[in-house]
Parts: sequence; C-alpha cells; structure tokens
Amino acid sequence: MRRIGVFVCHCGSNIAATVDVKKVVEMALLEQGVVHAEDYPYMCSEAGQSHIAEAIREKQLDGIVVCSCSPRMHEATFRKCAEKNGLNPYLVEIANIREHCSWIHKDMQEATEKAVILMRAAVAKVHLNAPLKAGESAVTKRALVIGGGIAGIQTALDIADAGYHVDIVEKEPSIGGRMSQLDKTFPTLDCSACILTPKMVEAASHENITIHTWSEVEKVSGFVGNFTVDIRKKARYVNMDKCTGCGICQEKCPSKKPLNEFNRGLNNRSAIYTPFAQAIPNVPVIDAAACIKLKTGKCGICEKFCQAGAIDYAQTDEIITQQYGAIVVATGFDTIKLDKYGEYAYGESKDVITSLELERIMNAAGPTKGHLERLSDGKAPKEIVFIQCVGSRCSDDRGKPYCSKICCMYTAKHAMLIRDKYPDTNVTVFYIDVRTPGKNFDEFYRRAVEDYGVNYVKGQVGKVAPQSDGSLLVHGVDLLENKQILKKADMVVLATAIEPNSDVRKIATMLTASIDTNNFLTEAHPKLRPVESPTAGVFLSGVCQGPKDIPETVAQAGAAAVKVIGLLAKDKLKTNPCTAKADELRCNGCSQCAGVCPYGAISYETRQVNDHGIREDRRIAVVNSALCQGCGACTVTCPSGAMDLQGFSNRQIIAEVDAICR
Amino acid sequence: MPVTENWKPTIVAFCCNWCSYAGADLAGSSRLAYPADVKIIKVPCSCRVNPMFILRAFEKGADGVILCGCHPGDCHYSTGNYYARRRMTLLFSMLDYLGVEDGRTRVEWVSAAEGVKFSETMNSFVEKVRGLGPNVRLGDLRCRN
Repeated sequence: MRRIGVFVCHCGSNIAATVDVKKVVEMALLEQGVVHAEDYPYMCSEAGQSHIAEAIREKQLDGIVVCSCSPRMHEATFRKCAEKNGLNPYLVEIANIREHCSWIHKDMQEATEKAVILMRAAVAKVHLNAPLKAGESAVTKRALVIGGGIAGIQTALDIADAGYHVDIVEKEPSIGGRMSQLDKTFPTLDCSACILTPKMVEAASHENITIHTWSEVEKVSGFVGNFTVDIRKKARYVNMDKCTGCGICQEKCPSKKPLNEFNRGLNNRSAIYTPFAQAIPNVPVIDAAACIKLKTGKCGICEKFCQAGAIDYAQTDEIITQQYGAIVVATGFDTIKLDKYGEYAYGESKDVITSLELERIMNAAGPTKGHLERLSDGKAPKEIVFIQCVGSRCSDDRGKPYCSKICCMYTAKHAMLIRDKYPDTNVTVFYIDVRTPGKNFDEFYRRAVEDYGVNYVKGQVGKVAPQSDGSLLVHGVDLLENKQILKKADMVVLATAIEPNSDVRKIATMLTASIDTNNFLTEAHPKLRPVESPTAGVFLSGVCQGPKDIPETVAQAGAAAVKVIGLLAKDKLKTNPCTAKADELRCNGCSQCAGVCPYGAISYETRQVNDHGIREDRRIAVVNSALCQGCGACTVTCPSGAMDLQGFSNRQIIAEVDAICR
Repeated sequence: MPVTENWKPTIVAFCCNWCSYAGADLAGSSRLAYPADVKIIKVPCSCRVNPMFILRAFEKGADGVILCGCHPGDCHYSTGNYYARRRMTLLFSMLDYLGVEDGRTRVEWVSAAEGVKFSETMNSFVEKVRGLGPNVRLGDLRCRN
C-alpha cells in the first residue's frame, strides 16, 4: 500500500474562493492510503514546496497528489520538488482544480464536490504509478527556418552567429518576404530595402547559413532534437552555379504576360525572372506555366543569349533530406482576398487599391517607377480616400475578428508621404479607432494630422461607387458630426486585413503544431512562452503567430533564435519515459501494434519466456523507448492486452474512471 | 432510479493532452462556465482511449462519456485521432444497439485554442444527457447506492 500525501493549493483566492479547500483536505484523509493531507495558500511557492519536502521526509510518502492549477503549469515544479527530496518524479499526480474547477464553477458546494472527485481520481491513479526514469536522446545541432522573410532571416542570423548551422527554406525565388515589397517603414520613414537588403546579404554570405529558395518543406518526421525533413527544391531551370545574374535572359524573354507577383499583379514580368533587383540569390527562375519553350518546345531564346550556359530546361525537382534539432516557423502573412467586399468596388475600378499595392506604386522599383498615379488613366490623383479596417475587427464571417495591428500606422505613413511629396493632393482617412501603441507611434500619427494636414474622419464607408467620369464617389459617415458624407475621390486605398500565409495550415499539420481558428500558430503559453509551439522543438517567429510590425517581428525572431540556441547547446535531451511496454507473457507476436505505430518504434524478437514454469521461445513485441512518443495507439490495438503505456496504464485510467463514477 | 429535478448526471470526459486538455485549460482561464458534472481524465492522445474504458464508465454508473481530441489532421502523433474516430464509431453504434442512447456518447475535436468550443461542447453534451436521464443500461446494479 502506498503512503500518499495530498496537498491542496489555495492559489491565493483563485481556488479557495470557490472550492472549500479544508473540506478537500478532510475528504482526502478518508481515502485509502492517504497518510497526510494539508492545504497551503501557494503550494508552488518555496514555502509550499518545503511543506511537501517535510511531509515526504516525516511521513515517508511514496506518492503525492497536488490539487492545484493545470499540470501544464506546475507539474514540472512539483515533480522536481519530489525528485529533490528523494522521490521518483513520476510518483506525483496533479488534480486540476483551478482551470477545470474553481475558475469555471460559481457554486461553492458544487465546485468543492467536483474538486473532491478530481482529488480522488488522482489518488486512485497515484496508487498505481510506477517510478519511471527518463531516457536520453542526442540532439542534431542544426536548425531549419521555414520562411525567408525578415523574421526568418533574423532568426537564422542569430542562430548562425551562435555557431550552429541553419537552413532557410523559402518558397519564392528570393528571400526577403513582405518587407522587401515595402517602400518606407514607420515611424522613422527609412527605406525598407535599405535596411533589409544588408541583412539578406549577410544571411547569404554567412558561413553557417544555407539558403534554399524556390523550395518547400515536403515532409517532417521525428521529434525534438531529431527531426528528419524532406525539402523539395523546385526545378528552377537555371543552373545556380553557372548563372552570373546578368539579367539578359529576362530582357530577351518573349513571354511577357504573367502578372508580376512581387508588384501585386499591377504589371507584368517575363517568364524567366527574378522577383526584384536585389533578389538573393540573384538567379532567375523560369515560370514553367508561362515559358514557351517548356510549354511547346519551341523558343529557347534565353538559352541562346545566356553566355554562361546556365539555362537547363531538363532540370527536375530535387528532394533534399536533412536532419535538424529544431524547426522555426516564419511563414509570415498575406492580405485577405477582397471578393466578399463588393461595396468597395475593388476589382471593379482600377483606382481602388490595397495598401500593399500602394506600397508598390510608391516604390521607385514599382510598376509606376514611384510616381503616384491612377492605374486607370495614369493621372495624378488629387483626392485620395483611405478606408481603415477592411476585413479587420469584423464581426461577421466576411473578414477577421482581430485587429491587424499595422494598418493604422502604415496608413498614417502613406498619408504623410503623399502629403509631403504631393502637397496639393488631399488625403482623407476613414477610421473606426486610430490605434497607435508603440514607441513614437502616436507622435507619428499626430504629425500626420497636425503637420501634414491629413483629414481623419471617424466613421466607416458603406460604399465606393465608380462614376462615369472616372472618379469614385465615397459614401461615408462622420460619427463625430453625426452626418453622412459623400466624397469624390480619385483614388481609394483599402487597409486590407492581414492573415497567415495560406501554406501555414499544411506546414502546421506536418509539424503537428497547433493552429488557432484564425490560422495563426498557437504558442505554448500566451504570455510566458510566446515563441514556442506546444510541440517540442518547434518555434514561432513573426506574423505566423499573430499580427506584428517589423520591430516586434525582429524581436520575436531573436527570441525564437535564443530558444533554438538553448536547445541546440544541449548534447542530450531527456526523453519522455511514459512509453509503451509489452508484457512478454501476454504478447503473442501478432504484429498489430507495429502496424499502428506512427514512429516505427515496435519491432519483434524471439525470446525465451518462462510462462508458469514452461520455458519456450516466443515472438514478442519490443518497444524502442527512444523512438516511442507515448501516444498509446498500440495499447488499444493489442488484442491480448499485452501492450500497456507507462504513466497512463490501463489500470491507472480505469482507476480514475472508477473514482469519478463512484 | 427516479429522476428528480436535482438529479445530476455523471459525465466522464477523456481529453487528449495536446489539444483538448489544453482547450479545457483555456476554457478555465477564460472563465467559460460549463456544468460541474463533467470530470476530465487526461490521456496522451485520443487513441489511448480503449473502448473498455468507456464500457467501464457506463458499468460504474456514468450517464455520459465524451472523448475529445485534436482536429483530424492535427493530431500531435499524426494519426492517433483517426484510430480513435474509427474505434468510437464502432463502439458507439454497438452501445446504441445495446440501449445506451446515441446522445450519451460523443466524439468532439477541440484544439488548444478552442476554449469557447470546449465550453459550448460540454454545455450541450450535459444538456443532452440530462434530457436522457440516468443511464440504466450496462450499469452494474451492485454499484448503485
């Protein structure tokens, strides 16, 4: 019989206000095997832990139940406390009476009854807990960063500077991401490319960084410290080693129809292209869907003009398999599609554009060479209307429920830049709220209003109606004046909501990293572990985790890098000892368990078994505990009940069921 | 057993460690109430839930059993919830045949970010089981008070 101690935490008033902790203690003492029970205001505190230590010593406890917050919070704390005091850490069980009880129930009697039942279940389980010992696994000292935007580049640089090798996988032909598309950045108005491209060059020339552009992650297996990843390097049709980046192929290419993705489809590019002048690597790719040679077999002009002989139409996709210790997701964002927002006439009028399109128009390398002009007739707009929160903070299913965070600031930036360069152009901004939390952000916005005379109108726009004279009639409302506004504009700019990149779901599934209802990757703890995914060894960098501006992205990228470095600095990782184990007397070697094991952890060997005095050779399942992750699929599949999961054994779970249904 | 107005069902909820248990934690920290009748048992994965555990719960007097796991495709162990889904489909149809009504058993996918869904699921499940009244089938009469 175990000697069990039950420790009930008040968690200040978090638990004690709803659960009668004294009653739980009283009831615990009635349970079989419970030789000690006490309550304490903060069990996790040093003083609380010393109470546990004392009880272990004085009452010779060999099982502990802590009734407290979720095991996701403090299971590790109490296990460590037990271990320090000579008790196997796996003889500790947590009864979650905070998240699963006191915080969701109001009635004290009901909550106390439930807390008692949860305590009983934990006591019943701990009776059957076996001391377990964590194994060790080696760490592959190499990291993978998925996404080569500013988040991925910064993470890679920081990891590489610490001396570990990093691979960046970027699906586009060049690294740089969204930031490379921006013209200026708020609130300093420095040129985006001028601060980004040195980092791109640094990453490309770093001895510890390998960049795979035009590549995608195809398959991920393994676990923290030991991931195996297949990377598909898509056929570029250009030999990376031979190409000198002279660009003559792009000039000569006769296929000029495809929309230029980098310029948000506002102009066209050739079939062989580099997305932008500072692209890294400065090696073009051939768009197979547009290339005449690849489609019809005739043409081959680029090959003729390429003096380096770098064009290779026979190139095929290549799969690279590599081992990694850690994976960082930095897949970034895109703007939402506006097909559900017909009222803004986007797509109907060329002069209704998104902010990212305006960014390209304002950029000297953009479709209009940096001249602010209407895409319909090339005239300079004299009246520009900005509409905020298009798809952000949306209560229906057309848009997103969250605030995209960056729009208020970039709109202030756009408005300011336009007023600065074209003083005779009027700018009006329709907004719900102006949100400017951030260093020098509010000052920046006030400058736009006070120094640059940008007209801010609190209210939303119901409709943008294209007129026969080519102008746009904006139907808005001024909430402060309580009146409707009809405004004639030459150009309308929509602050379109941002959403995680469309590939993120696929990547999250491969990594078994969880994702929220808005497709942002979930962090391990929203406040305390914001750059880690709940899946060990997977880290988050940039907007894939939630909307962020550039400084926040860079900060998070650095934080993710530190977590990766901390992991790669270890030679060995402790493995989860809650692995499956076959009872050799019951196993009949039927092989069903190996069929369901996702890790290939089960093999079979012939072993001599002593079954009630009869010695015979039997085929028996053997679990490789270094590979087993402890899901338990095999335990249920096993027809003879031989396979069981340590820490979550059949008997333990049944004991919990019995305690709850008692 | 007579159904009184104060009758409270016993409900066992098996929650996988990675998604649904965390979803329940989020429901808790967001203070999204659901009835205290629900008692959660943590399992590493929904595929750890042996149909035997569910039969045991009904035998010992549970009035409803719910199994929550990661959304299909999002299983921490890649494929566990698919096994769980198949097993439960078979088990629940057998239980229905034995007279344990369909409403007493449920499989629901709740991610770590879906505190709201966890709370809503538990509210609707408890309401359903309350409507069905005490479970008399499979129950071991020796376990009754």
